[in-house]
Amino acid sequence: MAILVIAEHDNATLKGATLNTVTAASQIGGDVEVLVAGSNCGAVAEAAAKVAGVSKVLVADNAAYEYQLAENMGELVAELGKNYSHILAAATTTGKDFLPRAAALLDVNMLSEVIKVEDAETFARPIYAGNAIATVKSADSIKVMTVRGTAFDAAAAEGGSAAVEALDAVKDAGISAFAGEELAKSDRPELTAAKIVISGGRGMQNGDNFEMLYKVADKLGAAVGASRAAVDAGFVPNDMQVGQTGKIVAPELYVAVGISGAIQHLAGMKDSKVIVAINKDEEAPIFQVADYGLVADLFDAVPELENAL
Amino acid sequence: MKVLVAVKRVIDYNVKVRVKSDNSDVDLTNVKMAMNPFCEIAVEEAVRLKEKGVATEVVVVSIGPKVAQEQIRTALALGADRGILIETEEKLESLTVAKLLKAVVEKEQPQIVLMGKQTIDSDNNQTGQMLGALTGMPQGTFASEVVVDGEKVNVTREIDGGLRTVALNLPAIVTTDLRLNEPRYASLPNIMKAKRKPLDVTTPADLGVEMKSTLSLVKVTPPAERSAGIKVADVAELVDKLKNDAKVL
Repeated sequence: MAILVIAEHDNATLKGATLNTVTAASQIGGDVEVLVAGSNCGAVAEAAAKVAGVSKVLVADNAAYEYQLAENMGELVAELGKNYSHILAAATTTGKDFLPRAAALLDVNMLSEVIKVEDAETFARPIYAGNAIATVKSADSIKVMTVRGTAFDAAAAEGGSAAVEALDAVKDAGISAFAGEELAKSDRPELTAAKIVISGGRGMQNGDNFEMLYKVADKLGAAVGASRAAVDAGFVPNDMQVGQTGKIVAPELYVAVGISGAIQHLAGMKDSKVIVAINKDEEAPIFQVADYGLVADLFDAVPELENAL
Repeated sequence: MKVLVAVKRVIDYNVKVRVKSDNSDVDLTNVKMAMNPFCEIAVEEAVRLKEKGVATEVVVVSIGPKVAQEQIRTALALGADRGILIETEEKLESLTVAKLLKAVVEKEQPQIVLMGKQTIDSDNNQTGQMLGALTGMPQGTFASEVVVDGEKVNVTREIDGGLRTVALNLPAIVTTDLRLNEPRYASLPNIMKAKRKPLDVTTPADLGVEMKSTLSLVKVTPPAERSAGIKVADVAELVDKLKNDAKVL
């Protein structure tokens, strides 16, 4: 039986997280089909058809799916998913929202944030904020899971030529509605896709001081993140949070500025290739995971760094 | 309206977990246990709804061993009115938890079910959504604001790109994110009062829920350790190392 991957998108573009999920699906083995559920999402379906390793793209194009409300998506995925051996979605706030609903409707359990495919029934996932890795075997007839993007390489976005098939079924539960959105506007790369991430913590003291990090980030083409302490203190918005309950990142270079290194934060960045810590407290736990530690006042070091680049 | 809050007894968030040497599971012998932090936020939100005059009764439910009564008493001390413990020694998967909660929802008929978005032990982030599917209720997950407006509840959700608000028909499920509120501490008089609040104990069998398990734990291993690197003297040395040794700039 084939594997169904649910595409992550905004009706205009296919999000990168889908490519990592396709790779996880390919590792399980079997035909990989992609569901694009949205409204006026033809461009997304075309992009999905070009992804290497995808054999078919199913498109549910209807106003009911415009905002991918969990109530409607859950019903759609559960009905369509009956014919598949595995159903995968990216472990984003969208995937985490609708996929458990689909699993419950199918009367099966679900695996969250899978980081490794051992075989078609056995998967590894972090538990206890990443302080332990559980290898779990599923006896469910349909295996439903979200996939952590940083744990799988992205499938090639070009090279495939899958058939695109339109779905007629419309699932509109009619019990929920979109009521508004405040999306962060930024020209910088997305946190979870950036090659370099520079993050600030409580040591930044206020939101205005993040300007220093933005300047460095713009020189490096980096994304800017924050620790939970900085977000809770109101320095920056929640979508910048890196950590167990925020975004999980694994860039080539992660620069932690004024971040002490709570377990919560480490869970979100410790898979980065190279970690730099800048902190004036030489006892800060962040230095225990940093490849390069600089004990210095960030208000001196960050402007110096900007000039040195 | 009635509000139902589900809470879970988990390892205290300050405790660093260790994996057993035989890799069978994490070692929870003699570790401090507490209410899951996201559940505390759910209790706080329910109590605030009552204080605002929106909720008339706050019922707290937990599923777990007898000692989970401690966490229910904590919730009662924070302002919940009565408790229900579904007593079981078994380790439950999210789907079973959702089925047990569905049975409680059918009995209690709450207008809002509040729960944490995930527990800090299994990190599943599934139960609220599954309960929504099983009961046919809409869901507002990862909530940072909850406003009841007539027959609807508007839930502002923390999503990857920022914030999104959804309008849900009542009854509805809300799962809490970190910034929904800051939970209060229980006062000593309230802790004493909580001891006299009603707490019913029931079992999965009483609720007619079959305890079936489809996931088996093959092994639990510690994550790959990162070793500490080197300290650099100044920014110039840092940039040099990043360019020439690590080659990431």
